[in-house]
Amino acid sequence: MRALNRRLSRELWRLRGQVLAVALVIGSGVAVLVMALSTFEALSETSEAYYERYQFADVFAGAKRVPISVARRIAAISGVQLVQTRIARYATLDVQGFAEPVIGRLTSIPETGQPVLNQLALRSGRWIQPGRHDETIISEPFAEAHALEAGDTFTAIVNGRKRRLTVVGTALSPEFIYALGPGALLPDDKRFGIVWMGREALEAAYDLDNSFNDLAVTLLRDVAPEPVISEIDTLLEPYGGVSAIPRADQLSNWFVRNELSQQQSMSTILPTIFLGVAAFLCYTVLSRLITTERSEIGLLKAFGYSDLVVGWYYAKLVIAISLIGAAIGWILGGYFGRLNTQMYADTFRFPLLIYRPSAEAFLIAGSVSLIATLSGALVAVRRVVKLPPAEAMRPPAPPTYRHGVLARPGLRDWLDQPTRIALRQIGRWPLRAAVTTIGIAASVGLLIMALQWEDAIDYIADKYFFESQHQTLSIGLTEPQSLAAVREMKHLPGVMAAEPWRAVPADLSAGTRRHRGGVIGLARSNRLQPIYDDATDTRIAVPEGGIVLSRYLAEKLGVGVSDYVRVHVLEGRRPEGELRVVAVFETTIAMPAYMDLDALNRWLGERPVAQYVNVLVDASQQAALFSRLKQTPRVSAIMVREGALEAFHDTVGHNILIFIGIFTGFAMALAFGVTYNSARIALSERGRELATLRVLGFTRGEISYVLLGEVAVLIFLALPLGCLIGYWLALVVARTFDSELFRMPLSISPSSYGFGVIVALTATVLSALLVRRRIARLDLIRVLKTRE
Amino acid sequence: MGAGRDQSFSLRGKGITKIYKTGSVTIEALRGVDFELGPGELVVLLGPSGSGKSTLLNILGGLDTPTDGQLIFEDHLLTDAKESELTLFRRQHVGFVFQFYNLIPSLTARENVALVTEIATQPMTPEEALTIVGLDSRMDHFPAQLSGGEQQRVAIARAIAKRPELLLCDEPTGALDSRTGILVLEAIERVNRELGTATAIITHNSGVAAMADRVVSIGDGRITDVVVNESRMPARELSW
Ligand SMILES: Nc1ncnc2c1ncn2[C@@H]1O[C@H](COP(=O)(O)OP(=O)(O)OP(=O)(O)O)[C@@H](O)[C@H]1O
Ligand SMILES: [Mg+2]
Repeated sequence: MRALNRRLSRELWRLRGQVLAVALVIGSGVAVLVMALSTFEALSETSEAYYERYQFADVFAGAKRVPISVARRIAAISGVQLVQTRIARYATLDVQGFAEPVIGRLTSIPETGQPVLNQLALRSGRWIQPGRHDETIISEPFAEAHALEAGDTFTAIVNGRKRRLTVVGTALSPEFIYALGPGALLPDDKRFGIVWMGREALEAAYDLDNSFNDLAVTLLRDVAPEPVISEIDTLLEPYGGVSAIPRADQLSNWFVRNELSQQQSMSTILPTIFLGVAAFLCYTVLSRLITTERSEIGLLKAFGYSDLVVGWYYAKLVIAISLIGAAIGWILGGYFGRLNTQMYADTFRFPLLIYRPSAEAFLIAGSVSLIATLSGALVAVRRVVKLPPAEAMRPPAPPTYRHGVLARPGLRDWLDQPTRIALRQIGRWPLRAAVTTIGIAASVGLLIMALQWEDAIDYIADKYFFESQHQTLSIGLTEPQSLAAVREMKHLPGVMAAEPWRAVPADLSAGTRRHRGGVIGLARSNRLQPIYDDATDTRIAVPEGGIVLSRYLAEKLGVGVSDYVRVHVLEGRRPEGELRVVAVFETTIAMPAYMDLDALNRWLGERPVAQYVNVLVDASQQAALFSRLKQTPRVSAIMVREGALEAFHDTVGHNILIFIGIFTGFAMALAFGVTYNSARIALSERGRELATLRVLGFTRGEISYVLLGEVAVLIFLALPLGCLIGYWLALVVARTFDSELFRMPLSISPSSYGFGVIVALTATVLSALLVRRRIARLDLIRVLKTRE
Repeated sequence: MGAGRDQSFSLRGKGITKIYKTGSVTIEALRGVDFELGPGELVVLLGPSGSGKSTLLNILGGLDTPTDGQLIFEDHLLTDAKESELTLFRRQHVGFVFQFYNLIPSLTARENVALVTEIATQPMTPEEALTIVGLDSRMDHFPAQLSGGEQQRVAIARAIAKRPELLLCDEPTGALDSRTGILVLEAIERVNRELGTATAIITHNSGVAAMADRVVSIGDGRITDVVVNESRMPARELSW
């Protein structure tokens, strides 16, 4: 036994190139698995701990103005544990040194200390003091983006009055892990910030004495949120309540959950690919080894070693390879897991980060890889074990080749012999050829899948930020204003066009299907914000009557063009009615529904009003406009299209680059491992053939062609297949991302296909060059002296 | 049957020495051998095992380089040649036949020969070459479908299809019984006679020596004896 063990380590060393190549593939799979599992663990543990420690609420609701007495009735709803009432409003801020207006979410906190729910993690400075109405705590990312520190001041338009506010501290909050401004898709810490102010200060500023307009509630253990929500809705309805939402739909939390589920899907699809390929590689390595060691195996058995011992010997070899791979994967996965978690932590801003990957993630990854490789090896080992010793000691029957189509008269003259050797080799070992092809194709596919993220981002940027938005900025008004006031906006400096629109919360339903969302009213003359159909790249005119639905919404409601949807507006006098679906259009973001602004106003029984204005601004006068807007009391929100686009690229772009970088590495490892392995096996099987060709006067280049030509043919097949796999993977990923907030478009640019192909080719060329070096060292004479 | 190319050349080795160093052991496989091979000549090399025959043949054919001494082909000094020049030398001027036939298993007899004719400058067709060795009826068989003797004859056809100046055979009959061996030797003899290819044959059978123009005996890395035969005995009449 000891002798066998020594032989095992010698064997591993002799095959080190291949061992490493296979281990790399296993390692990639393990690394992805460990990375995904440990990121998942870290993110969920961190957010759970964060939520618990800072009393993140279970249900959230907003209203216009609710007397404080209602809070008692809400607290009395069965299942409610704690109630927090607040005042929360958007306001325009002016931060020194930043030209654009900034949107602040003013949120009340008790002057005396932490609120009962949604507590703050104070990061610097101190709490506000009672009686000091100008004191604020601001969100840490916002403070960092503007280099604001305790003692600094900024101004805000609070309920139409300009106020100078002082920063006394910075904080983070579980409510704003993912801090989105109104109308924003991604966090933009420069243009959006949370401003916590004293309850008294805000009550006074917004004339909300003994009232509140925002509510958060925690539930008793195991209480379902739905019944509580409907009771809260009923209680708040008279006070302009906009329906309550459970924690699951809270925007920040939704994004965190979404990232978690992405990690989960990553931890299933990708490792499966890598480990599947690794299993086949183990099979090929072992099959080859067993073929060369056939007679030795026979000898061992003749000496009386049992089948089990012999089988176990080869199993140990595979276990060793698998463990080397797992070790590589553990190290890489631990590292990438940390990097990945850190990346999320940077976007999400946790006050605490729990990254202590459990042994479980590593164990799972390790055993999955072991199972995969062993099952691949088992097939090969079974063959040895079954071989009777006498037969094993005889050389194997020579492989039978077939003439195939290659011997047809036409092809006979057209193909040279080296090419024919390569092609017959493939025909003789179709399974092995298939594994190589699929392995390389998988690596191309992985790359395309990773790269398509960039394409998807470009696609969204193009469709969402350019095709369907032409305004320079959107201005949100504190209260709906008459259209005359909108026309006035045209006289602001630099404004070339101003178009009104309005958004109202609404329940949309058809039959038993229901969606709580909203309806956007657009003017029929609207030019700046067209209803743009991504699928056909056309604009849809705002219809005089009826409603236009986004595709995802139409599908959720199960309606099509000409069907009717029931719309219940949750604002104003809350009208309810049936609207005919005039058109359905495709968009990647949210689930909008559009109708005519006039029709909406008439329906609401209001004179012509708008709550938002899209404006087109002459770039040269933008600065002047900004400084005017910072002073304008009626403005509650400003969404600068360029800014949103910039934030979109900043946040997503950076993360995507890291993601693509990691995947390029893994895909290269896969392509490299597969090519190197198959070229090495070819070399070991055909060393004699190659030596013969050298003797016959073939140059090194020519015999490299014979050896690598086979691999080249397979790569040639693998590339288009890889493009297909890439498309399919992108489709799967896009499906897993489908959500009400966001659909990942399936749009792969030719350059992604190109890059995927080039990277895989580079990896294969690299491994081919390594193998070629061995061709140069081929010992002709020794080969010729020995019998096959 | 096309005649050989204009056969006026010379291959001359002077003071060829080959020393193998493995670790602390040095083995002098050749100790200053002078050897010459002229057009149309058929030379048989005899000698005990380990005497250096294969080493000499490999050096003559540009498969190996001597530690010392000179090898001149026509007016090229092969001893100074680069690896790529030696490859070209083998490609254009040398045909090898080995004890183990070294055919490409995935190619048929015809294709094995075509392998060489495709890269040679004035080759005969694979069919011609196979006819010379008497295998015109087995051209589309794979090596695994041929007997040892037939495989060796394919190897000869492959070696001579380029019309080489030199045909170097290292124990071509070593793995065959005597009857089959004679068939193989007949093929070699025919090539030598009809194409005028200078031929060297290593063998352990002194019986084969009778078919040679010259018999060179090697012992312990040196040429120990040279016998010139008055007349060559046809291979068909040999026996061992
Ligand atoms: N690569 C090598 N390394 C070390 N020694 C070698 C090597 N090749 C050959 N030799 C030694 O050189 C000497 C000559 O070997 P060679 O193969 O030329 O003998 P040979 O006459 O052809 O023998 P045989 O009739 O058995 O084939 C032998 O002693 C052999 O051990
Ligand atoms: Mg020899």
